[in-house]
Amino acid sequence: MSAQPVRTRHHNWYVLGSYTLLSILAFVFVFPIVFMVVSSLKPDLQLLRDTASLNAFLPIGDISLNNYAAAFDRAPIGTFIFNSVFVTTVTVLIGLVINSMAAYSFAVLRWRGKNTVLSIVIATFIIPFEAIAIPLLLIVNSLPWLGPEGLQIGWLNSLHVQIIPFLVSAFQIFLFYQFFRDLPTELVEAARIDGASLFQIYYRVIVPISGPVFATAAILRFLDMWNQYLWPLMVVQSERYRPVMVGLQYFFQLNIAWGEVMAYLSLVTIPVLILYLSLQRAFITSIATTGIKG
Amino acid sequence: MQNKIRFVFAVLAVMLVLVGGISAQEPTTLSMWYHGAGNEVERGILLGIIEDFNASQSDWVISLEEFPQISYNESVTAAAVAGNLPDIIDVDGPVMPGWAWAGYLAPLSLPDGTLDNFLPGSIGVWNEQVYSVGLWDAAVAIFARRSVLEANSIRIPSLEEPWTGEEFDAALVTLQGTGEFEYAFDPGMAWTGEWYPYAFSPLLQSFGGDLIDRTTYLTAENVLNGEAAVAWGEWWQSLFARGLAPLTQDSADRDTGFIDGRYAIQWNGNWAALGALEAFGDDLLFLPAPDFGGGSTIGAASWQFGVSAASEHQDGANAFIAFALQDEYLAAFSNGIGLIPATSTAAAMTENYAPGGPLEVFYELSLQQAVLRPPTPGYANIALAFEKAAADIANGADVQDSLDEAVDTIDADIEANGGYGFGG
Repeated sequence: MSAQPVRTRHHNWYVLGSYTLLSILAFVFVFPIVFMVVSSLKPDLQLLRDTASLNAFLPIGDISLNNYAAAFDRAPIGTFIFNSVFVTTVTVLIGLVINSMAAYSFAVLRWRGKNTVLSIVIATFIIPFEAIAIPLLLIVNSLPWLGPEGLQIGWLNSLHVQIIPFLVSAFQIFLFYQFFRDLPTELVEAARIDGASLFQIYYRVIVPISGPVFATAAILRFLDMWNQYLWPLMVVQSERYRPVMVGLQYFFQLNIAWGEVMAYLSLVTIPVLILYLSLQRAFITSIATTGIKG
Repeated sequence: MQNKIRFVFAVLAVMLVLVGGISAQEPTTLSMWYHGAGNEVERGILLGIIEDFNASQSDWVISLEEFPQISYNESVTAAAVAGNLPDIIDVDGPVMPGWAWAGYLAPLSLPDGTLDNFLPGSIGVWNEQVYSVGLWDAAVAIFARRSVLEANSIRIPSLEEPWTGEEFDAALVTLQGTGEFEYAFDPGMAWTGEWYPYAFSPLLQSFGGDLIDRTTYLTAENVLNGEAAVAWGEWWQSLFARGLAPLTQDSADRDTGFIDGRYAIQWNGNWAALGALEAFGDDLLFLPAPDFGGGSTIGAASWQFGVSAASEHQDGANAFIAFALQDEYLAAFSNGIGLIPATSTAAAMTENYAPGGPLEVFYELSLQQAVLRPPTPGYANIALAFEKAAADIANGADVQDSLDEAVDTIDADIEANGGYGFGG
């Protein structure tokens, strides 16, 4: 008997154990989604009764798309999803540019007071949004806006009031800063020697090699914005501009229609899943990279 | 000459058109906020009232904006901070004094006698002035099955002769002892928030306690933590300690537990009555709250209409509210969403609350037994303090300590807010 087969057996057990553990974890994370989708197909009474057994996870019994039809009847779901997609997409895209450029400035450029400003930016982490919500409300309510209807004072009841205050993110700046700081300085120096401008270095050197951090920042910001609740609740009184999370409350009446709730949640989860699945490789790379670098 | 005459007539005609245009002013738009977003039936009825009102006169046009009920209060508060309140505000009864005190609402100005026939719980009074009025009220009752009570030789109580506290307790013990039910009593522990003060504080009042001293509205001392309140707390705690009621419960259990026969009797509201009736038909009973010595009482006050203090058109807002209070609309809301119409004449027009109707008893409960949650701006804080105390007690905390803590919280809030306008 050589040592090699023993090591192989150990290896096999290790692999089997790992896969078993990972499968259990996967089930734990997948089960809520399965429950949500399966429940969205059941009538309320059956849905509630099935929660007492494993039937809750199985598409059995009186299965139909009735809850989806009822959900569309109850609330303007298309409007809510459009608003959230628009607000989230614009905030993420513009935010990536603004925050990465700010981080580029902190990580690569040399200017007086840089570290102090960076400290102040990082210090804003500790202030919860709830603490600044009311002052922010008063500020946006007194700001001018030039739109199709002319000059108006106050940003309430609009999409831009849900976008502009969230374009700059201290967390994103910090995330980009950490990544940019660890990039090889030789790349930047070489570009400088070649005569590249500061913007060209950012655009042609830094951005192309920072895909993972852009993906991570995009996903995290997307989730933040997609789940926005308190701010739109405060600044949007018109149904026309409501996002999906406020829209969810349309389904919580005196007698809650759980099937419709699940149908609505299934619908609004789709954009998040699409984004995550399309960026997951870069996301995992970024997380892994950050983890290795500590 | 003829041309001149034609010219003069043409000029006169143009002037008449212009004058007519000036005198026929555009109606003023009144904004109205409502908590019923997502409820198609409610929305349909309200839009019908608005349509009728808009067509009935030429001075005002109502523009409706709907909000989800769960976050409605937060939306109104934020709008008040931003100075963006509408002309007509929908307000939950117990919240009204807070909004009136904060200056969000103006007193109503309705024609004399408008509210003469209204249920007391549907009229929102603060500082001796009417600030809001509802088209309906809600009531809770004990849901039970005649066959179950009779099989266990338990007396069926009536409005005139409700169960005494001892009778009620003994009935629970008997029902638990049959072994047929997981729990004898479902008080509704799955529902948190306003359900606690709305549904459970009447039991405290029946013991002789209350949420606040209603003679002054300045303290809860000796009322929420006095002997009577402690007696309530000990009984309340014993419900769970003796296994007569479920301490924890999910929403599914709350919705189906009684219908599926896991709970023998249930403390629930008229909004759940039709579902239970479907399941049990004539076997279902709606019974009054037990009388623990201080009377058989239930909570009152639901959603009501008020006028914004910031409205520049309060006369128009009042005109709309007066218009909406017609019996036909009260009955339409009741038939549509199952709530108790605010007048007896409207009740007579409904399917469920008319004399002989399946839910008639709820109207009588509202009329005879309703006690308003304390009409004070401090109510929001009182409700939170009571909810915490009741939950802590149910979970086994010391009764006296829990109630003392609630009293301290309530009194400190009242003091911090200068008495909320009470006490001079």
